[in-house]
Amino acid sequence: MQGFLHQLLSGLANGGIYASLALALVMIYQATHHVNFAQGAMAMFSTYIAWALIDAGVPYWTAFGLTLFFSFLAGVAIERIIIRPVECGPALTIVIVFVGLLLILNSLAGWIFSYTIKKFPSPFPSTAWYGSKYLSPHEVGMIVVTLAVLILVFLFFRFTPLGLAMRAAAQNPVSSRLVGIRVGWMLAFGWGLAAAIGAVAGMMAAPIVYLDPDMMSGILLYGFAGALLGGIDNPWGAVLGGFFVGVLENIAGAYVVGTELKLTVALVIIVGVLVFKPAGLFGRTLVARV
Amino acid sequence: MKAMLNETPLVEAVANRLSPPIWRWLGIAAILATACILPFAISGYHVSQFSQVLIYAIAMLGLNILTGFNGQISLGHGAFYAIGAYTTAILLDKTGIPYWATVPIAGAICLGAGFLFGLPALRLEGLYLALATVAFAVATPQILKFKGFDSWTGGVQGIQVDSPAAPFGLPLNTDRWIYYFCLIWAVALVIIARNLLSGRTGRAMIAIRDHPLAAATMGVDTALYKSLTFGISAMYTGIAGALGAVLSAYVSPDSFPVLLSIKFLVGSVVGGIASISGAFIGALFIEFTPNFADQISKAAPDAIFGIFVIALMYLMPTGAIGIFNFIGVRLRRWAVAKRQY
Repeated sequence: MQGFLHQLLSGLANGGIYASLALALVMIYQATHHVNFAQGAMAMFSTYIAWALIDAGVPYWTAFGLTLFFSFLAGVAIERIIIRPVECGPALTIVIVFVGLLLILNSLAGWIFSYTIKKFPSPFPSTAWYGSKYLSPHEVGMIVVTLAVLILVFLFFRFTPLGLAMRAAAQNPVSSRLVGIRVGWMLAFGWGLAAAIGAVAGMMAAPIVYLDPDMMSGILLYGFAGALLGGIDNPWGAVLGGFFVGVLENIAGAYVVGTELKLTVALVIIVGVLVFKPAGLFGRTLVARV
Repeated sequence: MKAMLNETPLVEAVANRLSPPIWRWLGIAAILATACILPFAISGYHVSQFSQVLIYAIAMLGLNILTGFNGQISLGHGAFYAIGAYTTAILLDKTGIPYWATVPIAGAICLGAGFLFGLPALRLEGLYLALATVAFAVATPQILKFKGFDSWTGGVQGIQVDSPAAPFGLPLNTDRWIYYFCLIWAVALVIIARNLLSGRTGRAMIAIRDHPLAAATMGVDTALYKSLTFGISAMYTGIAGALGAVLSAYVSPDSFPVLLSIKFLVGSVVGGIASISGAFIGALFIEFTPNFADQISKAAPDAIFGIFVIALMYLMPTGAIGIFNFIGVRLRRWAVAKRQY
């Protein structure tokens, strides 16, 4: 029973990472209806920036803040420069551009920071009081950080004029433009926010999975699974989905399929959700008018 | 001049008539002749490279049928390639079946696998399908490494097989024989694809791509056709995988990373996704661009490749074949206009 509880709780901690990434995916999906295949690569690159800052002697939380800032700028720049020209193109073109972006980021990270696996520090000391035999302090910290990010994002969208403008731009671009919202920039900010949230996920995941250019590919898959499970147009649902996928993955890995087939669990979840409930558990069913 | 502008569609129709099919046949004959002579003009390593080009072209032909003609995006065809390759390798390793007979078996198994994967894919469109298929591609190497299948797949080590020698005492070395073996398959599969796509089945596939509802109204069984297309597409890619296993004489889980699936889709789109000949241009692209990118920057070849891909998407979204067609139409219009004055 104790073993089970341990698996459950550390699954919840992993779920925090998936939930952050799922939230980033939902941000971009809500704004542009694109599923960003390069989200994981963007998060990985941000984590490398954080690593470089910490390596240069910057204190952890300063580096954390700077990384979020850089990631935001980079996200905005990517939207404005790379995605914007193909925004209205067919799905296939967009997929290919995302894939190109993924290749570029992966390769650049390997080139600048080398392909050797690096250790990434955790801001939560391993002997802290909030650690227990079920959850390490880092895992506790991960859950807290995820929830904090979620609450901040919620407050931002609910209570700030900019958040309101971004929601309006996503929901009804034409009317938003008529009332003076700069829709193009709102989409770019959405990308920036998504990049920053992804950076949080990357920095929280790196102490566990270690830092290398491929570190996020598996995590991105779980993030997708979480977002789809919760409903890709519902931020709360996506976060819950992320936590749920984390728990499911850990328990299935420990008791059912073994650690070698963990990624297959994500595949089964994705295909299962898409087949049986494409809108996800908390999403709206899409009704198309003919 | 004004009248000229109004007559443009007519001019084009006339121009199409004037372009005699004989030129087309001559062009195809010239390309085939070049392909036949090629292995004697280049050295051994380059022969293998061109065999790989033919194999990629077959795989992408499958992807073109699915994505270009039926509108279903797949980022997971590397998985079918892997299934085809492993089928051949396991058959060669465990049974006495000759290598040439394993290729159709691999195709048949992939036909079944693709059809089964096509059933859930019916519910998915566009980006969602791309997502589900990419999950398939990511999971494949892990499934191949799974300990439970070790006795079949050889686990992480993979399977080593023997390279075939030329039959009937033909004076060809192994490299050249494999090249011709691939060429025969490529020609046969191109003919099959052409006949399939220009007939009733092909029209149904294209109708489903362009307007599924209208297609259903016209009496096309969209569900059946879509999963069948998935199966046929997987069959092509599986045959390519089987040929790939024969060529490299070795399969291992790490030969089939997600990047392979990505390369297939990128190559297809760059070549021209809704065309048969585009697959060959795409295959040349993915086989030789990485070398070329390597020469530009040793450090980050994938970055150069990615920049190429994005730039090509901006400059020619319909692929190389789209550009050729565009130039062809312009040239013919120009020729007709000149004849009129």
